[in-house]
Amino acid sequence: MSGLTINDVSMTFELPNGGSVEALKNINLNIKEGELLSVLGPSGCGKTTLLNILAGFLAPTGGEIDLNGDKVVGPHPARGMVFQQGALFEWMSVEENIGFGPSMKGTPKAEIAASVEELLGIVGLQDFGQKMIYELSGGMQQRVALARCLCNDPDVILMDEPLGALDALTREKMQSLVLDIWKKTGKTIILITHSVEEALLLGERLLVMAPRPGRVHKEYRLPFAELGVGADLREVKRHKDFGPTRDEILNMIWDMEEEIMGRTETA
Amino acid sequence: MGQEILELIGSSLWMIVGIALIFALYLAISGVCYFVWGLYSRGREKAKGYTSLKTVTFGDESAVVANRIASIAAVIAIFLIWGVATGSKLTPNLLPGPVEGTVSFEYTATNAAGETGTGRIDMLVHQFGEKPEVPPVAAEDGDFAMNQSLIVAQRRKALIKTQADEGFAFTEIDGQAVSPGETVNFDGGNVFVTTRGSLSVEPDVGLTMEALYLPPPEAVWSRFIDLNKNGYQGVGLWENVFWSLIRVVIGFALGCLFGIPLGFAMGLNGWLRGWFDPIVEFMRPVPPLALIPLIIIWFGIGEQGKISLLFLAALWIMTIAARAGVSGVSISKVHAAYSLGATKRQILSKVILPNSLPEIFTGARVAMGVCWGTVVAAELVAAEKGAGKMIIAASKFQLTDIVIIGIIIIGVIGYGIDMIMRGAENKLVPWKGRG
Repeated sequence: MSGLTINDVSMTFELPNGGSVEALKNINLNIKEGELLSVLGPSGCGKTTLLNILAGFLAPTGGEIDLNGDKVVGPHPARGMVFQQGALFEWMSVEENIGFGPSMKGTPKAEIAASVEELLGIVGLQDFGQKMIYELSGGMQQRVALARCLCNDPDVILMDEPLGALDALTREKMQSLVLDIWKKTGKTIILITHSVEEALLLGERLLVMAPRPGRVHKEYRLPFAELGVGADLREVKRHKDFGPTRDEILNMIWDMEEEIMGRTETA
Repeated sequence: MGQEILELIGSSLWMIVGIALIFALYLAISGVCYFVWGLYSRGREKAKGYTSLKTVTFGDESAVVANRIASIAAVIAIFLIWGVATGSKLTPNLLPGPVEGTVSFEYTATNAAGETGTGRIDMLVHQFGEKPEVPPVAAEDGDFAMNQSLIVAQRRKALIKTQADEGFAFTEIDGQAVSPGETVNFDGGNVFVTTRGSLSVEPDVGLTMEALYLPPPEAVWSRFIDLNKNGYQGVGLWENVFWSLIRVVIGFALGCLFGIPLGFAMGLNGWLRGWFDPIVEFMRPVPPLALIPLIIIWFGIGEQGKISLLFLAALWIMTIAARAGVSGVSISKVHAAYSLGATKRQILSKVILPNSLPEIFTGARVAMGVCWGTVVAAELVAAEKGAGKMIIAASKFQLTDIVIIGIIIIGVIGYGIDMIMRGAENKLVPWKGRG
């Protein structure tokens, strides 16, 4: 069995007051190898919980996850993670950060140096290998985070709002970079985001999740990621289907948010 | 009880007045210096850079830059005040010092026969510790009231015995009428006529401080040179300082050696956190000085006791710093490292340890400061060598200059230790505060 399978995963949190919250309920998904999946939803829909379960940081209260036939029981180098920010090691240089995974395995130094060099080229940080993390801008730091994840050659890359803290311009450049990396490496990428545009651009498959209980509300198959590879993303946004799809999803999320607000008011 | 509280409140109020006066004086000097500096710097080179362009500086702490001219002037001002207050030869004599040299007055007295006579008293006022010759007595004028001469040390009183005649009584001093129980001033001192008919003479003490309370800077300096050469009570000055430092270094090192692993253990394991929590939380607020009596009972006054005390002083601080360092590791860093295939051991050495270094350094700076203070206090209580021992021994012989030298050296070394720790911090954890 190839790919990532999510079998009937549920997650129920017990609350201190005796109640419980269903963060996720009966999620079933099959993510093919090389698929680019973006996950969108209002806050509280359980998308970060889902990603943490996929990464192996949380054990689901029901169901299970398999990657290429192996059950997920904890974090594993086969499932790389790119965090929003602040997950880089400030006490290491850019090179040391990128080569962290292989060096933990005891890969020979020369081999690590070669792949670090290549990755620095891919993420556009050729001359920054010797720099320390705190000398880089936010966008550059996220490039390092991407390269660090890629250097470990995972089967699946999980991204938890990796571009969320970047300014609009940097963000667009990084979106192109993510698409390039996806095409070049053929990795399975699962990306969680708050931005509808980003989800459209970076998902050949897009899941909209709904809260209470967290579940998959709607699924889309989109052409924009494929169109965006090596192209100007501003062009992609002018595609005739882009605007209507964006508005449809925006309305959907808007309605969900309204519903949550209404519920909390009456509660 | 109530009375004591009232006295406490009263003396506190007086302290407020005293402190306010001292502050006011020091601020006034600061104001004068600021004015002079303003006159000097007017029209000269202006400050450059981004901060100098800020229009809002009042309330913007980052725009407030310490004026180094003010710092230098402040230190000079302290030395000037010190010099002036002690009548130093290095500073202008703004305050009158104690009288030195010969002072004299004439007295008028009557005797039992009802005669009136005058006599002259010559007094050579000399510095404390000198032994000059008694000056010659002025030539007699022939009446019953004798002339006298004597020597008296500065800030001391001299009693001039009455003549053994029953009816003898002083009536005037330098032309001012006087009766027993009264004090009159003369040029260079005052004289009190005792009820038994003697004269108690006190030469003017001036307004400067006596060396017993605060010796002038040059006296402290010459004592410093002397200490450098000869030491005090057979122990060299720097030998004393070295012994204090070596105790601090060993005690601090032991504290780190055990405290950091203990803190890590508490940050990483629930059982160990629960196990050590009560003792750490209990010992944390106990000042190390409160342990001195127990340590002396247990270990005596030798090195073992002092090092145990410093170890205890550093241990809890380092434990808590290391524990805080572990809890300060952002979970995404740990998650990232696990996702990249790191083992627990690698997480500890490659992520948790470096990430907690800033906290550990902050703790180390605090611990070093506490250890330095504790070692001096412990030496005050009992020691054979050490900076604290030197000053307590000197104070017992009223060698205020040595006490002051000791305090200055203790302060300078404490500052030096902090500077070294800060330098090491900048070198070893350059990412601190920039993560």
